[in-house]
Amino acid sequence: MTQLLCEDLVLGYEGQAVVNGLSFQVNQGDYLFILGENGSGKSTLIKTLLRLIPPLSGKVELGGGLRADQIGYLPQQTPAQRDFPASVEEIVRSGCLNRMGRRPFYSRAEKAEAQADLERLGIAGLARRCYRELSGGQQQRVLLARALCAAQRVLLLDEPTSGLDPSAAREMYELIARLNREGLTVITVSHDLPAAARYASHVLHLAHRPLFFGPREAYLQSEVGRACLAMAKGEEDA
Amino acid sequence: MLETLALYFSYPFVRYALVVGLLIALSSSLLGVSLVLKRFSFIGDGLSHVAFGALAAATVLDLASDMILVLPVTVLTAVLLLRSGQNARLKGDAAIAMLSVGALAVGYLLLNVFSKSSNLSGDVCTTLFGATSILTLTPADVWACLGLSVLVILFFLVFYHRIFAVTFDETFARAAGLGAGRLNLLIACVAAAVIVLAMNLVGSLLVSALIVFPALTAMRLFKSFGTVTVAACLISVLCAGAGLIFSILASTPVGASIVCVYILVFLAACGLARLGGRT
Repeated sequence: MTQLLCEDLVLGYEGQAVVNGLSFQVNQGDYLFILGENGSGKSTLIKTLLRLIPPLSGKVELGGGLRADQIGYLPQQTPAQRDFPASVEEIVRSGCLNRMGRRPFYSRAEKAEAQADLERLGIAGLARRCYRELSGGQQQRVLLARALCAAQRVLLLDEPTSGLDPSAAREMYELIARLNREGLTVITVSHDLPAAARYASHVLHLAHRPLFFGPREAYLQSEVGRACLAMAKGEEDA
Repeated sequence: MLETLALYFSYPFVRYALVVGLLIALSSSLLGVSLVLKRFSFIGDGLSHVAFGALAAATVLDLASDMILVLPVTVLTAVLLLRSGQNARLKGDAAIAMLSVGALAVGYLLLNVFSKSSNLSGDVCTTLFGATSILTLTPADVWACLGLSVLVILFFLVFYHRIFAVTFDETFARAAGLGAGRLNLLIACVAAAVIVLAMNLVGSLLVSALIVFPALTAMRLFKSFGTVTVAACLISVLCAGAGLIFSILASTPVGASIVCVYILVFLAACGLARLGGRT
């Protein structure tokens, strides 16, 4: 079932195109990696998918009864959050706000939902802890739990492992892969090519225009995929 | 000492002053938590200076009530400032600096050139530092203050969880369709209202203290948004009460006394936090 269909998209701000000629689709259960250098249009694409900015032309269609505000979003952390006094519970529950309509306070169902998501990610023990005292990996899990609260079907992750040490990053990727196996559609924006080679089902490689879109195996055989992977290997060895 | 207090509290205007003072302290501490956490403390400072300018203009124009001019001007400035703050942080910063000194200068000039008062420097000092103005509130002022602070407190109660979401992570709130833009606009209006209110208590130069100190003090001691908010309210009300009573007993200026109590409590909280090994 197609959940997201993009056709001939031109993306950008105030008439200035950042990305041209972009077409791709995401089906339920896919794990799509969107790869690209800084400034290649990845964040513009995220904003468009979240309906924060309209596409300059082309169309973004949601299928299978998905609404734009049902996409669970994991943004990059801001510096202000690093010393924000907030408990883990407060943060995760705030993911439920988008389905509360005009109701000012959380119902029992929403609190239970937040609790269930904490347990799903193995951080129920942290519920009362202060967010700023957690490790980077734990903080990312908290934000992931909030994204789960907001949406149970599609996750959109913006550089989910930036700022994490290698072992925490691996744990994060394993966790996301598990959620994907449990049936969630995952879209990850990253420049971590080795991770894409390992975890993705599909790859979209952006450089102001799509260099590649297709299944992972085809990407690894393609010219752009092989070139980038060789470069990433070189960096690792260096 | 107790007799002096009892004597003072037998006057209705002193009781008014106390009630209004505590309500103002409560609403400004509520606002302070989100302004400080959003890193918008300087907006509060800029707004209070703009409010001074507007007040000067209102005095010169001889309006029936200063609020008619001061409140809309401050609300408008708050909305504009929050807008520019989102687009370009650095430019917004400089714009606020220009705006606040500009408003001070224009306000003082207006008062100086057009004032009919015989005690000009006294008037200016009162507007800037609050002096004893809280004790001279008319019943109409008291009702206006009461109404406005009750509205502010209700706003924070009803929007508490949404304010948390927008303050902690605006990008996420926007993506989740929480109407972050509208909420920011509301917060800006409330900020302006609180500042205009609080000017009655401590004068325009000291308003920021009412907003910033309770939140910062509470953040030394507590670690969740809920506890910080409640603690900021309690700290603010207790400090303002202590400051008001001290100023009555010692005949010191109201605003400065309250702010000094805030400073002492803030330092004590820093000490406590260090003792407890928290940062």
